[in-house]
Amino acid sequence: MAGKLAPRHQRLVLAGSAAFALVGAGLLALPALEDKGTFFYAPSDLVRKRPPAGERIRLGGLVKPGSVFRQDDGLTLAFVVTDGSQETHVRYTGLVPDLFREGQGVVATGRLLPDGRFQAEELLAKHDENYMPPEVAKSLRPTGSPAS
Amino acid sequence: MTAVLPPIPELGHLALWLALAAALVQAVAPWHARLGQAAAPAAAAQGLLVLGAFVALGWAFLVSDFSVELVTANSHTMKPTLYKLTGIWANHEGSMLLWVLILALAGLLVALMPAPLGPAFRARALGVAGMVSAGFLAFLLLASNPFTRIEPAPTEGRGLNPLLQDPGLAFHPPTLYVGYVGLVVAFALAVAALLEGRVSSDWARATRPWVAGAWAFLTLGIALGAWWAYYELGWGGWWFWDPVENAALMPWLVATALLHSIRVLETRGALPNWTLMLAILGFALSMLGTFIVRSGVLSSVHAFAVDPTRGLFLLVLLAGLTGGAFLVWALKAPRIAEGARFAAFSREGSLVLNNLLLLALLSIVLVGTLYPLALEGVSGRQISVGPPYFNATTLPIVLGLAVLMGVGPLLAWKRNPRPGFVRRLWPPLAAALAFGLIGLALGLKTVLAVLGFAAAGWLIVASLLPFVGRRRVPTFLALGTAIAHLGAGLALLGATASGALQREALVSLRVGDGFAVGGLEVRLYDVGPVAGPNWTALEATLHVSRDGRPVATLTPQSRTYTTPPMETTEAGIVGWRGGDLYAALGKPDGSGRWQIHFWIKPLVHLLWVGAVLMATGAAVAAGGRARMAWPGRARPLVSRPVPVPAE
Repeated sequence: MAGKLAPRHQRLVLAGSAAFALVGAGLLALPALEDKGTFFYAPSDLVRKRPPAGERIRLGGLVKPGSVFRQDDGLTLAFVVTDGSQETHVRYTGLVPDLFREGQGVVATGRLLPDGRFQAEELLAKHDENYMPPEVAKSLRPTGSPAS
Repeated sequence: MTAVLPPIPELGHLALWLALAAALVQAVAPWHARLGQAAAPAAAAQGLLVLGAFVALGWAFLVSDFSVELVTANSHTMKPTLYKLTGIWANHEGSMLLWVLILALAGLLVALMPAPLGPAFRARALGVAGMVSAGFLAFLLLASNPFTRIEPAPTEGRGLNPLLQDPGLAFHPPTLYVGYVGLVVAFALAVAALLEGRVSSDWARATRPWVAGAWAFLTLGIALGAWWAYYELGWGGWWFWDPVENAALMPWLVATALLHSIRVLETRGALPNWTLMLAILGFALSMLGTFIVRSGVLSSVHAFAVDPTRGLFLLVLLAGLTGGAFLVWALKAPRIAEGARFAAFSREGSLVLNNLLLLALLSIVLVGTLYPLALEGVSGRQISVGPPYFNATTLPIVLGLAVLMGVGPLLAWKRNPRPGFVRRLWPPLAAALAFGLIGLALGLKTVLAVLGFAAAGWLIVASLLPFVGRRRVPTFLALGTAIAHLGAGLALLGATASGALQREALVSLRVGDGFAVGGLEVRLYDVGPVAGPNWTALEATLHVSRDGRPVATLTPQSRTYTTPPMETTEAGIVGWRGGDLYAALGKPDGSGRWQIHFWIKPLVHLLWVGAVLMATGAAVAAGGRARMAWPGRARPLVSRPVPVPAE
């Protein structure tokens, strides 16, 4: 921009660049959304349509009672996530969230391994005893399991 | 409890209904020729009535009146008094009442203060604020009544979520709400200006303190939330790009843009419609934030059990108020006089660029926050958008903003810079280079992190430059700007260093065992039981040493609260060299081994220092163009130039 523009043109330039900033940034962001967003799967979804190997996904359901074991390294936790019809074996290395319980809802972020097990990087920690992650509540509803 | 308690909650409930009536008068009166003068007294009455209702609810919490459902659900006789009081707003109904209270008190303040733009203008602004108030009071009374009684009254309450029994979180909502309400006042002033069809420098001068105040409180509120998440959740992080965090970040981004564009309007009379649009947008995003937080439509680590039907009420309120305001803007904006012309590389040119970058950031955050909702609506697929998306898209823009923040205050209004200008940029450029090299020497791995260090060095030095070689005393505005920009530079440095230079170790230890991390030796000295007023805990004692010399002792806990029964992780945190040593203890698993997650977080304190400086800067800048002087004699506060490296 050399020199000064007439006010009317200046207004057009400003409006144009504002639209560009808003829409352009949004458009640039959309591919990143597809690329970096993590889809939610219930164990049954994993059976029906397996996600591509190595893709970061979120797995949710109830922690199957009696399935939680600590491996020999003292850090890795193995448990089973169930949605009432299918089950997925999950491994997680790290501190366990305060509200992680057998029979309670859990959402794990991580990757599916070639052998069908799920390697979790994060377990969703809930703030509230009465709270059920909405995805888990939804994925449980069709199977008739109690979802408060 | 057998004693009969006086009907204070009913009086509070009545006060709320009367406040709604006052808000309706306040909303309607300004548009009637003869009733216009009633708006200010109505606003004052509304402020006092809502205050009365809030005091009534506070009384119920303080005396543990368990016949009030809200008190039963959120309080307990054994709870410390401070948390009985903060428990008022640690729940949906109470926090909405607090929101309305702060808005009503702002109305009271506007009604009592002199009206710089004339009583008729003030009445209209109060009218707009009254509409917002009336909407939220109706929401409280019809969908979230805090005074509902239960029969028979239980003898004991269920207690407050222990995570919320914490000073950081106790004052996080009120601080944030003061910020939101400041934006509501700016919104009311903007709509009143649109209806009057006149936007002047005077309007900008009268509105800017509200925007600056709102921005300062939003900054502090967001920082308090981040600080709480950092030390209370025990996850070692302070920002998770969670929908609820984004809900507070988006109004902050718009408020930042507004704070800068209103300066252009004030000084140059330019960007009138743009500034009004930002004022409306800031309000719209505050409302959207309230909707996201209170409706629970988005899956969030912060999500509480919420009632989705309330979401619909809020959505209608949101759509009505912001839709109406944008309609007024679309109809009236073309009639507002065009702004003054300006040069591309002038101060105002840099402020326009600042606004565009901030809007681009807003767009990215908004898209990322709402995309999961849209995708689920369209395809039924559930997606979550987290740090990988937000970090990749926002950080480059943040770096661009940091560079711009360094240059902008050095540019002159109205004209392009003189030829010798580039020489002034040598010191910050040298600092950028030095910081980048230091970062590399400290072990930075990614280009983005090195650029973060360089941008921080650039900004820290550049923000001090306007005072170098100047004999004149700075204005409050220039000083405040420098303090806030310095704060942003320090925060950027703290954020980059604590993330990119962090060292961590995840180990499983027996008592007496140790491990090494980042040049430190850590030994698990002991694990034993401890007890607090309403909790018991297992506490680990970690001795940290460096080359055999003791550095710190950390005591992370795994706590169990009794009412409500709940386990929490209390991180053990000790400050070290401007950063933190941070440890979290896992739950006992009966194996005799203890899991410990240990972090070294370099320079993380700069983040909190930076946030406080940013808020302080905004408060100082609200002082305007007055020069600083002691009363009585014109003695400059800053008489000597600040020393910097030679050019």
